[in-house]
Amino acid sequence: METEFKLEIVSPEKSFFSNEKVKEVVVPAFEGEMGILKDHISIISFLKPGIIKVVLKDGEESFYVDDGIMEFKDNLLSILSSSIFNTKKIDKNFVETSIKDAESNLASKELSDQNRFLENEKIEVLKSISSN
Amino acid sequence: MASLDDLKKRISSVKSTQKITKAMKMVAAAKLRKAQEGAEKGRPYSDKMNNIILNLSKNIFGKENTPKLLSGSGDNKVHLCVVLTSDRGLCGGFNTNIIKKAKSYFQKILDEGKTLKIITVGSKGFEQLKRFYGDKIIERISFKESKNVNYFDADKVGRIIIEKFQKGEFDICAIFYNQFKNVISQIPQEQQIIPLVSNEKDEAQVEENYEFEPEEDEILSNLLPKNISTQIFKAMLENSASEQGSRMSAMDNATRNAGEMVDKLTIEYNRSRQAAITKELIEIISGAESL
Repeated sequence: METEFKLEIVSPEKSFFSNEKVKEVVVPAFEGEMGILKDHISIISFLKPGIIKVVLKDGEESFYVDDGIMEFKDNLLSILSSSIFNTKKIDKNFVETSIKDAESNLASKELSDQNRFLENEKIEVLKSISSN
Repeated sequence: MASLDDLKKRISSVKSTQKITKAMKMVAAAKLRKAQEGAEKGRPYSDKMNNIILNLSKNIFGKENTPKLLSGSGDNKVHLCVVLTSDRGLCGGFNTNIIKKAKSYFQKILDEGKTLKIITVGSKGFEQLKRFYGDKIIERISFKESKNVNYFDADKVGRIIIEKFQKGEFDICAIFYNQFKNVISQIPQEQQIIPLVSNEKDEAQVEENYEFEPEEDEILSNLLPKNISTQIFKAMLENSASEQGSRMSAMDNATRNAGEMVDKLTIEYNRSRQAAITKELIEIISGAESL
């Protein structure tokens, strides 16, 4: 049985990644990580800062996202994100400044609990990238 | 008739102008290709975004806690108009067309006795509007430093708009920009972004029951501000392609006109030179005859 579906990742500037034969995608959805296989129910969800893991026929790809939206419908997974990077090509300087930004955001008192949680997540993920 | 020297100077000055317009045309053509590519690449994002929002709004429609960005503030007294223009001139009717469109809209609003507020993006728009609507302009934004259109800039404009909306400074927001059709035609557009209006042809596509995580209204209230930035980004991309297209055809015309002018002046120059020679010959011959 076919177990592959189509994945499209688009950023405002361009179509970032597109593949017709994807086996599994793990997305950092707002309420926890979510694995998506073929024939998943139609779903719309938000992404929190994290890693998108794409399992292809031959190998894996992973991307870092800051935020975004995902939609799955008729075996087409679309991910929209304004800030997305391939973890292999990510700029070390960018990672460091992002961590610093997030830390300074955390320091401000007006932050809501939800944002505080998101910033913490972000720092954790970014640190794990930079340590690799 | 102008003297030979004057004609010569004019010919060379027109020729050097022609060189400039020709070079500008080439540059615009190269930039156009890039801008057009950008506009095309940017389309899937805004289309998908639109689709998702349509799906969501269909699901949420009629519920009490519809976000204000979707349903509007319930009033339509204060209109905010965002006029997107270029930062540089010499691009034919590009800016004038947007301004013309915007001005007719402004007049309509003012005639209805409503309040008008304007944000100009791009310095040319500000220059053209400040004479008549100077007191209405609440913000002027220019991205002269950015080389290319980027999402970051669009997001900045989007944030300003949303902030003002949340403070209740306006009820309805519309953006003005040029839509790129092809090199010789760009269509000035007026698009309302707050509250969001969906055109009917899109409605037909909406079906399906989605699962949402988190709840619809939460997704929607997060998504709508992003959508505004996306719409502005789309407008900026279309605008930059239009600007280059418009400049290319304007410079093409200018080059051709300069060529015609050089031809005309050259003929005039040759004629008057010949006339001078003939005159001298006649003088010599008649001088010789009289001897």
